[in-house]
Amino acid sequence: MTSTVADHHHDEVPKGISRWLFTTNHKDIGTLYLWFAFIMFLVGGAMSLIIRTELFQPGLQVVDPHFFNQMTTVHALVMVFGAVMPGFVGFANWMIPMMIGAPDMALPRLNNWSFWLLPPAALLLIISLFVPGGGPAAGWTLYPPLSSQGGMGVDFTIFTVHLLGMSSILGSINIIATILNMRAPGMTLMKMPLFVWTWLITAFLLLAAIPVFAGAVTMLLTDRHFGTAFFDPAGGGDPVLFQHIFWFFGHPEVYILILPAFGIISQVIPTFSRKPLFGYTSMVFASVAIAFLSFIVWAHHMYTVGMPLSGELFFMYATMLIAIPTGVKIFNWLATMWRGSMTFETPMLYAIACVALFTVGGLTGLTMSITPADFQYHDTYYIVAHFHYTIFAGSVLGMLAGVYYWLPKWTGHMYDETLGKWHFWLTVIGFNITFFPQHFLGLAGMPRRIPDYALQFADFNQVSTIGAFIMGFAQLILLVVVVKAIRGGKEASSEVWENPEGLEWTVPSPPPYHTFATPPQVR
Amino acid sequence: MKQSSRQTRNRRLAGWLSLWVIGMFGFGYALVPLYNIFCEITGLNGKSATLSEASAAPLEVDKSRVVTVEFAVNVSGIPWQVDRPETVRLRVHPGEPVTVRYSAHSLTDSLTAGQAIPSISPARAARHFRKTECFCFTRQELQARESRMMPVTFVVDPALPDEVKTITLSYAVYPAPDVKLTSS
Repeated sequence: MTSTVADHHHDEVPKGISRWLFTTNHKDIGTLYLWFAFIMFLVGGAMSLIIRTELFQPGLQVVDPHFFNQMTTVHALVMVFGAVMPGFVGFANWMIPMMIGAPDMALPRLNNWSFWLLPPAALLLIISLFVPGGGPAAGWTLYPPLSSQGGMGVDFTIFTVHLLGMSSILGSINIIATILNMRAPGMTLMKMPLFVWTWLITAFLLLAAIPVFAGAVTMLLTDRHFGTAFFDPAGGGDPVLFQHIFWFFGHPEVYILILPAFGIISQVIPTFSRKPLFGYTSMVFASVAIAFLSFIVWAHHMYTVGMPLSGELFFMYATMLIAIPTGVKIFNWLATMWRGSMTFETPMLYAIACVALFTVGGLTGLTMSITPADFQYHDTYYIVAHFHYTIFAGSVLGMLAGVYYWLPKWTGHMYDETLGKWHFWLTVIGFNITFFPQHFLGLAGMPRRIPDYALQFADFNQVSTIGAFIMGFAQLILLVVVVKAIRGGKEASSEVWENPEGLEWTVPSPPPYHTFATPPQVR
Repeated sequence: MKQSSRQTRNRRLAGWLSLWVIGMFGFGYALVPLYNIFCEITGLNGKSATLSEASAAPLEVDKSRVVTVEFAVNVSGIPWQVDRPETVRLRVHPGEPVTVRYSAHSLTDSLTAGQAIPSISPARAARHFRKTECFCFTRQELQARESRMMPVTFVVDPALPDEVKTITLSYAVYPAPDVKLTSS
């Protein structure tokens, strides 16, 4: 760490592969995270296209059912743990130090480690698909008894989860230390950009939730190989216990996936509405409220396990309560746009789509929070539609808004606006064609995670598959946009947009290798 | 000077946060006993593997009420045939002790040991279904081709909620854990 302190005084960029292997620079590590997330996004996307190809027609055509189950499982694991989480950590690495006027992350060596744990973890998960017995096929929730029966692919998955969890924990410790200790003079907590706030809360959620999940999969591992019986009824265990522990992690996890996206669009919308964010303080407190509630609603994922009525009522009301802070956020964004001088560049389009479509996902979530109704929706395509409206339309579209918003800052070149708009429209239209019909499929009774289905579901499934291919291939446009912006294009000014707010716009585009070696004074 | 003090603060905070992480990992494990205690108190999940004292305060028989008790069993991973009682559906008065017999038959030529795990449905009836004698509390060993009657004595507590009309007692029979058998 002493060497990085010395490095602040000269601005040499190390060359070659060792720059990336040994880097402790927050911008380099942010870049690594973002590329890793993008590659995983394409890998997970390819898996979803295998799923959708099989579901194009009823009957079994393309893959065998066991492989289909592996695809649904690994698609989810790759997207959640490989694409969305590392993607947001990439944003945190790039932007948080620049937003709070810090020279780097608080613990740069640790930062290097938290990234380089990811590629071996991803490799382990991919290898699991090729071992005897195949990869994990019990769904990303890894419910026993199914997951205690799978082949060694399940063990590979458990170790993948351990590595990814360790990476997230180290990353979160670093982010908390950075935000709490490294702020520029005058940057009080309530002056921090909202993206920094949401990440601070997310990091605390990660530190509370990930260790519990690591414990759950460790119990699964010892159940499988070392004769314990945490989840095995033959030895006095209970498989339902796994569901409780899993969702104690799993529900905070979905807010871990969405809160940084809320942060990003809270940066984007004010810039393109040319108004300050409406209700900053209420935004902060709404985020804290969402984080708190996330720990007391887990059993709404398992209404059908046979809970007592009082339990179901508690989880139902607690879940409905989440709509209030979330509603506060949605209305604050709308109020920010209200009577603003709005323009619709690609980042703004993504931010608006994120608000609109996430609201659809929130609404379907609210319908499922109603216990008696959920008995019908449970484990159908309705829930598949719901979580893609929240995780894709919320997290991923929010992330894409961030990519277009800060790409000129990162690369120093404006991106191709025409291609950006193509990417946006194809993604959003493809997304809705894919997932909107799945609401109808679920309500009509099509269960999730099945390779074959009854004939009456055929039409909506075909529509859905066509949408998935539009959405999937549209993501290659993003690759073109990013590569073009890296290689050249119109030079970006330091402000890039019209009077954006935040310290990151006071440094040149691209920013020098080391920024804020002398902390800026925040008024 | 300022740099190094900031570094100490960073490391100290990282240390505290790591402790918190270890604590949460432990909390995950602590959920296991907590869950079991919680289920035992509330009878959640139909868990009812405890023996009730028969002598302690005999219950008053409620002749005005009739509850149907159904019996079920399934066997997994052990070469036994276990049959439920002859009368699979019994109408009993709350408070009245009843004994029924399951029968087990070993289908193999060696000594085997099994364990029956009981479960009550609906779950909210579990607390009110008191077993005073049951083969499910101990491991059961069957010699080669041996058959045995296995009795269960139970009382339905009159405090059973009114809306429960039917209770199902189901056993899942598994191989007993850590099987170390010496043929006799």
